[in-house]
Amino acid sequence: MDKLWLIIQREFLTRVKSKSFLLSTFLTPLAFLVFFVIAGFIMSYKEGEDKKVVVSDPANLLDKVIKDESNIYYTFSDESIDNLKKQVEQGNYSGILEIPKPDSAAIRQLKVYYYSENQLGLDDQAALENQLEDRIGEYKLKAQGLDKSILENLKTNISIDPEPINASQKNESSSAAAIGAALGTIMGIIMYMSVFIYGSMVMRSVMEEKMSRIVEVMISTVKPFQLMMGKIIGVGAVGLTQFILWMILIPLISMFVTMVFGFDPQQMQSQAMTGAQSVDPDDLQMMVSKIFIEVNNMNWWLIIPSFIFYFLCGYILYSSLFAAVGSAVGDDLGESQSLTLPITIPVLLAFYIMFAAVRAPQSSMAVFGSIFPLFSPIVMPSRIVFDVPAWEIAVSMLLLLVTTIFMVWLAGRIYRVGILMYGKKASFKELRKWMFYKD
Amino acid sequence: MDILNIRNVVKSYESKVAVDDVSLNIPQGIIFGMLGPNGAGKTSLIRIITTITRPDSGKILFDNDPLIEKHTEQMGYMPEERGLYKKMKVGEQLLYLARLKGLSKQEAESTIAHWFDKFDIKDWYNKKVMDLSKGMQQKVQFIATVMHRPKLIILDEPFSGLDPINAKLIENEIIRMRDEGTSIIFSTHRMEQVEEICDKIVLINQGKNVLEGDVNEIKNTYKENLYNIRYEGNINVHFEQFGEITHKNDNSITIKCDSSQKANDLLKWMIQNGALINSFKEILPTINDIFIRKVEGNI
Repeated sequence: MDKLWLIIQREFLTRVKSKSFLLSTFLTPLAFLVFFVIAGFIMSYKEGEDKKVVVSDPANLLDKVIKDESNIYYTFSDESIDNLKKQVEQGNYSGILEIPKPDSAAIRQLKVYYYSENQLGLDDQAALENQLEDRIGEYKLKAQGLDKSILENLKTNISIDPEPINASQKNESSSAAAIGAALGTIMGIIMYMSVFIYGSMVMRSVMEEKMSRIVEVMISTVKPFQLMMGKIIGVGAVGLTQFILWMILIPLISMFVTMVFGFDPQQMQSQAMTGAQSVDPDDLQMMVSKIFIEVNNMNWWLIIPSFIFYFLCGYILYSSLFAAVGSAVGDDLGESQSLTLPITIPVLLAFYIMFAAVRAPQSSMAVFGSIFPLFSPIVMPSRIVFDVPAWEIAVSMLLLLVTTIFMVWLAGRIYRVGILMYGKKASFKELRKWMFYKD
Repeated sequence: MDILNIRNVVKSYESKVAVDDVSLNIPQGIIFGMLGPNGAGKTSLIRIITTITRPDSGKILFDNDPLIEKHTEQMGYMPEERGLYKKMKVGEQLLYLARLKGLSKQEAESTIAHWFDKFDIKDWYNKKVMDLSKGMQQKVQFIATVMHRPKLIILDEPFSGLDPINAKLIENEIIRMRDEGTSIIFSTHRMEQVEEICDKIVLINQGKNVLEGDVNEIKNTYKENLYNIRYEGNINVHFEQFGEITHKNDNSITIKCDSSQKANDLLKWMIQNGALINSFKEILPTINDIFIRKVEGNI
């Protein structure tokens, strides 16, 4: 036990103290931030120059009213297009918007012309088109003798609220499903990434030990199994540390950036996502408070412990398999790739099942995926936010625990033979043989 | 007293028997040479002693107790394929290995300081292993093997890749530790090194213990009464009656006598016939010769 602790310490400290750990821990949040800032900047990029556009509207469809865009200012003029064109050439205006007189009030199509040396950007064009469509709609209403308020009264906002048949079941609101899906996807992705990043870190480290031949000195002092477990636990602790640091650093750095540069990357991000369309701040506030209520309603006493359980088991299960592969191959990266493929496939499958499970949490595929032990570490955490029957969780956890113990044992058998095997081509047939080697 | 008692140990792998019914006694405080060609089974036997693998059958006693894993704390093993954690600092690495061998932090630190002092390498403490030359790494590896004062040290080809100065340094340390009561197993396929420093040897071939014993006794046992005589003066040729001449030129003869008495007689005869003897020397077989003859079945 003492020795295992020493091994864990070494695996942990040498990694945490290394430059690459510091770089990746501190630069990753920065890189994300830079990405969002740049993305936000690109999305919100507008031509800097103000534009004065003169509108020719002989039929007075717009009733002499048009809203200015962010850097486009409109004025109305009754002069002829030819006259206006001359004024553009003189530099009084940067463009002319011509709204021709429609043949009748019932037209379905209207071509509007914009004369300029520099054409409008796509965003500006889309915004202008939207505005004109609305305004011409109003014009049509007026032409028909209808009131705008009648039309607005026709609109009804519908949302479906799921209700249980049995009164003993929990009554969920509709947004719970959406939030659950988001949370589930995030948990699934975290699982998926950590299995790959830290699992392959374990594999590389085993390969290094084998190649530098330190392993023979080590296992004349400690049991191979201790060495393998020490590595898995040590690297796992590195992953956890990195994860916690990110949880702290990302908000800190974004706060810092907000203060120093005076803009909010999160706002940038939401801007980037919603594009040019603006969100009503009242709506946003309602949405946020709704999310808070739902998040509060969730059964965190179930979600957090089970996430930790699945995370630990999933990580240990897969990283022990990675360790076994690492012990079997030498420095031949190509060989390691072909051997990691069978480990990668279940992880990838689980990842896809997770997305399906989030959309339909009670489907038979979701149920299967959350119980089958190679998939459950990724699928179950994503499903657990939606009321999963207790027996399913129990069976899934039990199966996963047993499988993890079995896989660690199996990996230990392969590892113990593999690390001392040089120059032998590792194939699956060979690995199977190693499992049954006597000591 | 024996530090290690190996009795009828057998270890076989899939297709071949690596250790075939080997029995050995390794007394305390000697340098024990384990000789044999590559692939003879030396490493397999060492891996059994260091509990890396278990024998199929047979028994091993360490210090009169059945060998268990805990005993590895009293062993130091330097494998032929040297290895250290390349990215770790020399000092940290030694501290880690010492603590795995059961030393407390204080003990480990003071013994490391002692060795750094002794080898005059104090400025290496914070260097990374990968920044050291191969010979320097060997020195570090040697310290790692012996720093916890093991009762049994196993060195697999300890001199390969060392320059003569460092080889001498290590050799002196080995001899000093022997004199302090440590047993050293010295595995090699280079026989000439063995004769210089080993007290006892075992020859292993194809997994079997071919020959075991005191170096000088073995040499005496397998000597062939071969003598080399350098002389001056013209004498009548009658050497044949004393034995078989293996080599002869103007004033030197190498002759394989039938017995040591015959050699005495030859010397007497030569002196009586007016030869001036410059040197008279018995040629003992080298361990290498004995090994080759043994393996080829000529003994």
